[in-house]
Amino acid sequence: MRYAETGYNLEVDLSTGNIERVATDPSMTEQYLGGLGTNARIMWDRVPPETDAFSPDNLLIFSSGLLCSTPAPSANRTIITSISPQNSLFGFSMMGGYWSPELKHAGYDKIIVRGKAPDWVYLWIENDKVEIRDAKHLQGKSTYDTAEAIRVEMNEPRAQVISIGLAGENKVFFSSIETHRGSASRLGLAAIMGDKKLKAVAVHGTKDINIAKPAEFIEECNKVLEYIQYRLNNPIPGVPPILAYIGSPQEMALHDEEWHLDSFAWGHARARRKGFWNKEVEKQWSDAMESYKKRLISCYNCPIRCAGIVEVPGYPTYILKCFTKLTYVMAAEVDDLDFGFQMLSKAQHYGVDGFTAPQVMAFAIELYENGILTDSDMPGFPKDKKERFHWLLEKIVRREGIGDVLADGVYWAARKIGKGAEAFDHNTIKKHEQVPIKLGMLNPIYYIMWSTGEKINITQIEGQIPQMPMEKHIREEFVKDWIQIPTGKEERFKQFILEWGEEGKNFPFWPPPDLVAELVEWQETMHYIDDSLGICSGVSSFPIKPPYHIHNLPLFISYGTGLNIDESELWKISQRIRNLVRAHNVRRGMRREDEKPPEDHWKKRFPDYEQKLMDEYYKYRGWDLRGIPTKETLEKLDLDFVYEDFVKRGIHKEE
Amino acid sequence: MKRKVKIIKIDLNKCMGCRACEVACAAFHSNPKYSNVNPARSRIQVFRNELKNVFVPVKGSFYTSAECAGRPVYMVDEKLQSGYEYGLSVCSFCGATCPSRDLFKEPDSGLPIKCDMCESDPPLDEPMCVKWCLVDALTYEEREEEAEEEVKLDELDTGLESLIDTYGRDKVVDAVARLSQKTETQSK
Repeated sequence: MRYAETGYNLEVDLSTGNIERVATDPSMTEQYLGGLGTNARIMWDRVPPETDAFSPDNLLIFSSGLLCSTPAPSANRTIITSISPQNSLFGFSMMGGYWSPELKHAGYDKIIVRGKAPDWVYLWIENDKVEIRDAKHLQGKSTYDTAEAIRVEMNEPRAQVISIGLAGENKVFFSSIETHRGSASRLGLAAIMGDKKLKAVAVHGTKDINIAKPAEFIEECNKVLEYIQYRLNNPIPGVPPILAYIGSPQEMALHDEEWHLDSFAWGHARARRKGFWNKEVEKQWSDAMESYKKRLISCYNCPIRCAGIVEVPGYPTYILKCFTKLTYVMAAEVDDLDFGFQMLSKAQHYGVDGFTAPQVMAFAIELYENGILTDSDMPGFPKDKKERFHWLLEKIVRREGIGDVLADGVYWAARKIGKGAEAFDHNTIKKHEQVPIKLGMLNPIYYIMWSTGEKINITQIEGQIPQMPMEKHIREEFVKDWIQIPTGKEERFKQFILEWGEEGKNFPFWPPPDLVAELVEWQETMHYIDDSLGICSGVSSFPIKPPYHIHNLPLFISYGTGLNIDESELWKISQRIRNLVRAHNVRRGMRREDEKPPEDHWKKRFPDYEQKLMDEYYKYRGWDLRGIPTKETLEKLDLDFVYEDFVKRGIHKEE
Repeated sequence: MKRKVKIIKIDLNKCMGCRACEVACAAFHSNPKYSNVNPARSRIQVFRNELKNVFVPVKGSFYTSAECAGRPVYMVDEKLQSGYEYGLSVCSFCGATCPSRDLFKEPDSGLPIKCDMCESDPPLDEPMCVKWCLVDALTYEEREEEAEEEVKLDELDTGLESLIDTYGRDKVVDAVARLSQKTETQSK
């Protein structure tokens, strides 16, 4: 008997209609846990770098995490993996909700989809019954409406559905896969669903998930719940409210938006609008949100309530969380939140990424205002700021006219449009739009994370530490109960907090490169663990002082699965997964030149020092100066097969 | 006589449908305790419809062999709701194990299950679903109450009753006799 996992994957070939239930190899769990980890290994074995995103041979893997459907609180994430259409790199995107636990209760850890259906289909899974069903009647339906239609059609209101909308159907490179309570929106994986003509995957399951050491496991769950309650009652003092709690930043509960509105850039990630936030705006925005927000809700088995059900008169209802509340408002440079809530209703029903889509639209407006795009490119383009956004969204999701060009994202659109448009591609890394931040002084920790992160979104690898020096009088108090630090690093990381902000201990030359490397590694390592376990980063890798950490996660894994994994083994597994993801991208051509933040990300830059930081970081991670894992690193992590592949491809010379 | 009455109170305004109660209940009632999880075995079920903003936890309460006439629509949150959207077909949010739906039945055997307030030895401070509901949609109350003595059917009785309803008394009696003979032979 397998514990915590089901031990079966579902293999679906949409070209032939073949469906198989395949037992998984338990040693893969030992080496890669599940979720992102095992996805990365399956992709490595079966999708060579010659395979394009839109090839029928590209896989699309919908995976649960190792701990999903166990009682571990907030273990509900779905990890979707494929080759990204936007940058041809290893694409992985995650979402919360209720889908993964349902999949495991149906008896599967993953669904591995290959091939392409001749016409629109959806997958229906109810325990042992798996069907590829006709979805022609669902074509054009919104993400939410598709889910509702399937529930009615199959007469099973408890079915959990993930689906794509018009944007995914039309292979928009920043389209999102949606489930009522979450979106997998980075790297355009919905376009892969669209390419395979897979409109939705609906699951209902009623099978057991077993726990290896039940009494010990439930005790750890109870401790986490107690700590969650403690942290909800005790926000971290001295940091902005948005970072003081746990969960996704609590933007549906809190009204204080000063931190985002002041520190993030408006328009096409151009300039900050310091001082915009005042009492009057706060009152207007609070009233707007309270009138539209019907209830705060959580994902499966989680008490934190990061999301809100949003009902805007005249627009279909949807569910929203986090910073996306502001992205359309800021990109369009309008002053009222109503506009944001209205755009978001359309955007979520069409299924587009709330980070990228607004920036692509703001980019189009910049090109228009600079005469690069004209009325002949955009006949009927409105004059009003808000109407322009609505107009652009409708064009993009249908790939109509200029929308067809913009649907490939800023990087490709700029090159296709030409006439100097490339100069306006100023906020992408690895061809993907980034969170709009333009700051003053180089931040060495974030410099490394923005540059080297392969999850493409900074929010997906940051966490654990405050983003600014803490005020002197609260530093001692802060480090007192900072139990989350990895063993052996306690003194060093606590000292970092105690000294940060002292004379001479500030950005850019402090913390020193070796400490920068260690802090970045810690933050990223915790995210890669979460993505393999299916635990939400909102209670684990993202917030300061989270309930899950490197000391209790090994217990959850060991008690849940029966494997014997301690802190150092878990750390090693996370490094293995991290290096395998990097290896994918290395053999797909990613090199050091691709690892840089936007030029104007910080006003003050230090090119030589930045290179030194990068050298040190690569060295610390066991990568050579090109950013490629060395033979020694790969062998230490039991990734010998990666080294052999690198030699075969001439990436490494045989030693 | 006086009797201790245990109550799980449900606040519909606070429930947000996370199903932690189902997870906790299913884990607690597995054997050995917490050795497996399956919300389909939970004795509390959350009817949820996010877009309609309706979340209703319902405890499994009694077994009945007959379908009732039910109600096609009812009020939740002062809004008219159709039961269909919650998988209730033509009935309202009730905790019955009845022939019209597969709720509050063991997924394997189809036998009825109902809330037992997590009676256990040693006893819990409060039922697991209440303990795991950090948003306080479920709260626990104990109070003393005057009550008439009644014969409570235990789980085995209810299970047998439902088997008799399905297969008829004679067949069940035959099967029990046959099985007890078989186990007797085996133990010899």
